[in-house]
Amino acid sequence: MDIGGINPVILIATLMASAVPILLAALGETVVERSGVLNLGVEGMMIIGALGGFVVAVETGSPVIGFFGGAAAGALLSLIFAALTQVFLANQVATGLALTLFGLGVSSLGGQGYNGIKPPPTEQLLPDALADLPVVGPILFGHDWVVYFSILMTAVLWWVLKATRVGLIIRAVGESHEAAHALGYKVNRIRLMCIAFGGAMAGMGGAYVSLARVPQWVDGITAGAGWIALAIVVFASWKPWRVLIGAYLFGGITVLQLNLQVAGSGIPVEYLSMAPYLITILVLVIMSAGRKGKANGAPASLGQNFHASR
Amino acid sequence: MTRPELLRVEGITKAYPGVVANSDVTFSIGEGEIHALLGENGAGKSTMVKMIYGLVRPDSGQMTLRGQAYQPSKPAEARRLGVAMVFQHFSLFEALNVAENVALGMENPPPMRELAAKIRAVSEEYGLPLDPSRMVGDLSAGERQRVEIIRCLLQDPKLLIMDEPTSVLTPQEVEILFKTLRQLSSEGTAILYISHKLEEIKSLCDEATILRRGKVVATCTPRERTAREMAELMVGQALKTPERRLGAKGEVALGVSDLSVESPIPFGTSLKGVSFTVAKGEVLGIAGVAGNGQDELLLALSGELRASADKVRIAGQPVGDRGPVERRRAGLVAAPEDRYGHSAAPDMSLVENAFLTAGVRKGLTKNGFVDWAGTRKFAEEIIAAYDVRTPGPDVAARALSGGNLQKFLMGRELMQGASVIVINQPTWGVDAAAAAQIRQSILDRAGEGAAVVVISQDLDELLEVADTFAVLNEGRLTKPRPTEGLTMDEIGLMMGGAHGMEVAHHVA
Repeated sequence: MDIGGINPVILIATLMASAVPILLAALGETVVERSGVLNLGVEGMMIIGALGGFVVAVETGSPVIGFFGGAAAGALLSLIFAALTQVFLANQVATGLALTLFGLGVSSLGGQGYNGIKPPPTEQLLPDALADLPVVGPILFGHDWVVYFSILMTAVLWWVLKATRVGLIIRAVGESHEAAHALGYKVNRIRLMCIAFGGAMAGMGGAYVSLARVPQWVDGITAGAGWIALAIVVFASWKPWRVLIGAYLFGGITVLQLNLQVAGSGIPVEYLSMAPYLITILVLVIMSAGRKGKANGAPASLGQNFHASR
Repeated sequence: MTRPELLRVEGITKAYPGVVANSDVTFSIGEGEIHALLGENGAGKSTMVKMIYGLVRPDSGQMTLRGQAYQPSKPAEARRLGVAMVFQHFSLFEALNVAENVALGMENPPPMRELAAKIRAVSEEYGLPLDPSRMVGDLSAGERQRVEIIRCLLQDPKLLIMDEPTSVLTPQEVEILFKTLRQLSSEGTAILYISHKLEEIKSLCDEATILRRGKVVATCTPRERTAREMAELMVGQALKTPERRLGAKGEVALGVSDLSVESPIPFGTSLKGVSFTVAKGEVLGIAGVAGNGQDELLLALSGELRASADKVRIAGQPVGDRGPVERRRAGLVAAPEDRYGHSAAPDMSLVENAFLTAGVRKGLTKNGFVDWAGTRKFAEEIIAAYDVRTPGPDVAARALSGGNLQKFLMGRELMQGASVIVINQPTWGVDAAAAAQIRQSILDRAGEGAAVVVISQDLDELLEVADTFAVLNEGRLTKPRPTEGLTMDEIGLMMGGAHGMEVAHHVA
């Protein structure tokens, strides 16, 4: 059942795994932006998470603890951003860009000495008996726990944002911080917590790159995934399930173009490598087109700092 | 008519760096009493109620609620003790629906479905129909206020604070609101009512405390005083009514025909077939509840929004497709409503701000360079002519109080010798004395032969300055009518009556 040298079942199974870093980071950023904060430092938090996760996993020998190490590293870095923008009211765009540059630099420095080491492997979660089932086996049962976790988080965030009081407060703060403050909500504290959550998710996404996808430590290992995550959040109209679609689309085309390269198609490699970026953006633009103004769902206070004066 | 005392405020003082907002304020409110807090802008009314609502902490003094010491550290605590507040600038979230907005203002909201049912019940009971599932961004100003009021009522308040609630309502909506408030009062809920509209206070309130510069200057029973007496207590001086200089009306200076434009503002209102003409020396007043196309009309007249050429004509010359600079050159100046950000660049100095709109008409550039000496002179002229209180022309626009900046901006547009002047909300947030001065200068410019369009939500203001009167309603403009002889009822009907009353009924 191969099509042009590519097996669709394997393709789907692989894309689910390859989308995990972007999905986790984009979900985190969705919450951050819903609370009205634009953190452009996703790439920086991812790579710090990639390094942090790798180091912790290697030192403890446990990949699971590694993932939490990655999340902690990402959250820690995001707290720098939170302190600068929420306490000192620095410009969010500039601070976010600086955070990315800082993260890339620090990870490069801290990663010295970890090159060429193999991390403890992250195993498939369910028994082989299930994973070996035809078609559904590889797609539904053949993954490690982080893949299931990322899908679970999509559902959880969707539910939290839509139906819970916490979600309502986050949306309210992102919609109008003035009004939220007038009602007595601690705008900056709520945002700070959202930023830390976003950092942890990005860090965990980064850790998945260095612990499961590659898996080893190389400089600049996240290779722009954080930027794609940012774009996906916007074009997905800040909705978790659409973020999932966007991430899978990007992951799918990445895997597909790699397979096409291997299968030796006639399309030049350069075009194939740029395809995931182009097609993902294109599809998401089309998805969000035609819904102007209020319907596109952008939080009204996005990117604005809040200071409670009087 | 003695009522048991509900809230007592004693010797409250609150100072901010450089300004004492409240100084030794003392008053008390009885249960079920409608108590007015009167004063000019900056008299300290808002700070006072923010302290009662727990948003701001007093420096000294004490409050007692039903004999118990009352010192809320946050609004949640105030709400728990039965104090609720309806804000002047609504504390609502446009992208959330009514029920969600209500839930955000409650301590322990019930599940959404129950809450929706409760909202329906309470809103019907008080004659304020409201559909819980509608998006707040789609509601009219009056309906938005209902959301706020119902949010308060659901918590069964003992004291309801209302900060300038009627500034955005049609006369009919004001009647409905007053009915609700009287009903609440008869049920034992006290209301602290902040306003500077004296006629309203006379008809609604039992007692009034008048603040001037943070101090209590008088307490009175509004029914026994005239509006003028109370106004003079507020201002501390005798008031002048602007006088109209009668000039002959000349030929048409501004013509607008069948102007329709899409709104560029989220939740905005598009203009639909707006037509009117303004003659030289005429003041056209355009009324309407906020959000019915006022901002869009200003944008379309100033040139920020463009249409086809013949839709807008200045002295017969088609300019509908021209931008603001070209329209200024043709003789039209415009002053938008939003002072901090639209009509002024807040972080730039007054000199720089003077240049931004007057550069073209006052010839303030030489060979492509800014003529700073000339610009400074112009800024200083404005400051002198309009009594702008500022340390000098080099301070940032942001540093001026709202009223002072407004005077400066009005002066900047009115002193350019333009033949057509368009102003949105000329005296919004400006104290009575400054407002009178601005209105006088509008009339003076009209007397000198300028055609003026004043867009305002303040009906009294329009009746004072306008020769002809029209209403913007959902982006449509009514036929302009002579102001003389118009009654409040007629105006109310032009404004669409009790806006949106039917809507909620349909859905329910």
